Amino acid sequence: MADGTSIPIGAIAPGKTAGRRGTMRKFAQRRSTIGFLLCLPLILLIAGFVIYPAFYAIYLSMLNKKMTAFVGLGNFAFLLQRHTFQLVIFQSCLFAITAVVLKAFIGFILAHLMHNIPGKNQRIWRGLLLVPWVIPLALSTLTWWWMFDPSYSAFNWVLNQFGLANVPWLGVGWIARFCTITVNVWFGTPFFMIMYLAALKSVPEQLYEAASIDGAGTMQKLFFVTLPMMRNIIAITVLFSLIVTFADFDIVRILTAGGPQDMTHVFATYAFQVGIQSGDIPLGASVSLFMFPILAFAAFFVLRGVTQRTKEIAT
Amino acid sequence: MAEVSCRKVVKEYDAGVQAVKGIDLDIADHEFVVLVGPSGCGKSTTLRMIAGLEEITTGEIWIDGDVVNDVPPRDRDIAMVFQNYALYPHMSVFDNMAFGLKLRKFPKDEIKRRVDEAARILDIVPLLDRKPRALSGGQRQRVAMGRAIVRNPKVFLFDEPLSNLDAKLRVQMRTEIKKVHQTVRTTTVYVTHDQIEAMTLADRVVVMNHGVIEQVGTPNDLYHHPATRFVAGFIGSPAMNFLPCRVQDGVNGGVAIRLTDSITVPVPPARAERYGKFKGKEMVLGLRPEHLFEYHEQGKPNWTRIDLPVDVVEPMGMETMVHFFVDGAPVCARVDPATHAAPGEMLPLTADLNQMHLMEADTGKVV
Repeated sequence: MADGTSIPIGAIAPGKTAGRRGTMRKFAQRRSTIGFLLCLPLILLIAGFVIYPAFYAIYLSMLNKKMTAFVGLGNFAFLLQRHTFQLVIFQSCLFAITAVVLKAFIGFILAHLMHNIPGKNQRIWRGLLLVPWVIPLALSTLTWWWMFDPSYSAFNWVLNQFGLANVPWLGVGWIARFCTITVNVWFGTPFFMIMYLAALKSVPEQLYEAASIDGAGTMQKLFFVTLPMMRNIIAITVLFSLIVTFADFDIVRILTAGGPQDMTHVFATYAFQVGIQSGDIPLGASVSLFMFPILAFAAFFVLRGVTQRTKEIAT
Repeated sequence: MAEVSCRKVVKEYDAGVQAVKGIDLDIADHEFVVLVGPSGCGKSTTLRMIAGLEEITTGEIWIDGDVVNDVPPRDRDIAMVFQNYALYPHMSVFDNMAFGLKLRKFPKDEIKRRVDEAARILDIVPLLDRKPRALSGGQRQRVAMGRAIVRNPKVFLFDEPLSNLDAKLRVQMRTEIKKVHQTVRTTTVYVTHDQIEAMTLADRVVVMNHGVIEQVGTPNDLYHHPATRFVAGFIGSPAMNFLPCRVQDGVNGGVAIRLTDSITVPVPPARAERYGKFKGKEMVLGLRPEHLFEYHEQGKPNWTRIDLPVDVVEPMGMETMVHFFVDGAPVCARVDPATHAAPGEMLPLTADLNQMHLMEADTGKVV
């Protein structure tokens, strides 16, 4: 003690305490730390509700039906050999691609029509056309189901008025596929319309004026000004819609439940049938995981294109 | 190349607001005409009507001997340079310049020849492969001009093309535009709110205000012989001084102008007869800052001396601006930079009244 270097038990050297506190404070004040802490709730949510289920699904897909043995990629190999599953892949692609193309096309036309309606009227039409999108899908699909009903079909009633025979809307494979796509297009088009309308409004009017003076007509303005300026929005909207449409469950489940003869099944409804209704959860998980590589592939190329174009044209 | 004429052109918007109130204007072949005026005076609307981007409510616009009221912009054979350049962001500089020619189905080698030629004139050859994003403001402006030049149109229209550039670049591009016009000699209509741009570029300047043409003339004409108080105040920097006054009898049967109770100045004999008619009337005296001097500088024996307290002194290097108040009205004098004027001190002044302008107080008409 007498040498003046010893410290009483339980006390910490004052310099050391201040130093550690200072380091902690510095760490907490770093921008990256603050950013991470602010994102932490979201990261936890994503980890709990997205990452964990995704990895759990991968784990499940590699088990046998009783979930007692590891079978590797056996479930996937088994699925690919099954005719029904091949049909599901075809139908899912047909359903998603046809619906997205139609939604994009009709949405584009509607957005253009809307863009040319002046001021107040535009707001009214925009509100009306958004209605399909804001009604809960399961509810509106029930209405459609009623309209397609073999006995009480409103569509058949109209056909009958013109002396035409009843159409078994949901009873014949290709017609049922057409019906599911129609309902999806009806529901999803307003999303495309509103996105395209926003994109159209963001194209500077002077570009059209410059094109007019350069000698462009309506179609040339569309192809050389509007479409190139909207390419990013179109790409992102199509990608987003493709993901949502590929994963669609409500429409097929309510309208046809995958029938007739599995001719309208898509990945989600088939996964539900196999996994939940038939009690083969590992096989159901395998079905649902089939969407992942297709969508990841599409997302990679679409987003790469978007990034490239953004770099090119951003001012 | 072509002549452009406006005959009683009116532009009325939905709410009944008239942006252009029946203007008449003739622009000769090869001429460089600048429409100048404050915001909302109708100059851009007039230009856009000539371009075909705005419908004409009544009246006629003629280009190269034809009425073009119902002719769409693409068939008017005009080219326009916009304030925001309006370059297509997804196209390279070459494609931007070639776009109009491609739409008109010019052969590829002809397109290349014209674009290369325009790029050479505008000194943008190394930029041809770049996208507009990779260009500076001045370079974008050159590309916008290049897009106009390659078309070899009958008329060039410029809508405030230099407004987005910084002051130094603006001066540089002004010279470029003048050079280009001297080379290609295409009839040009140019809109600006900057009177210096108007004065430096134009063969003739059209001053607009509240949708009507106040005066048309050469830059010198407008500067030295303004027709209205608006033109007198708008053209020239710093602006002309305006002082309320009354014309009255002077000494020896002459005419004098009474500015305040204590300041009365004699009207030069050459103008006495012209101004004598307005004796007793409320008028406004207009005098440019360069026509006000420090008294000792001139040493003109018959010139009236007025001593005024200095408010602010602004040395600008080659000249110095001195600000005063005369009976509450602000007055600016452009004096020798060697002046000893200091705020709060009295400065003896005199004026070259041969350069004065007298305007009616109510109509603003220069008499």
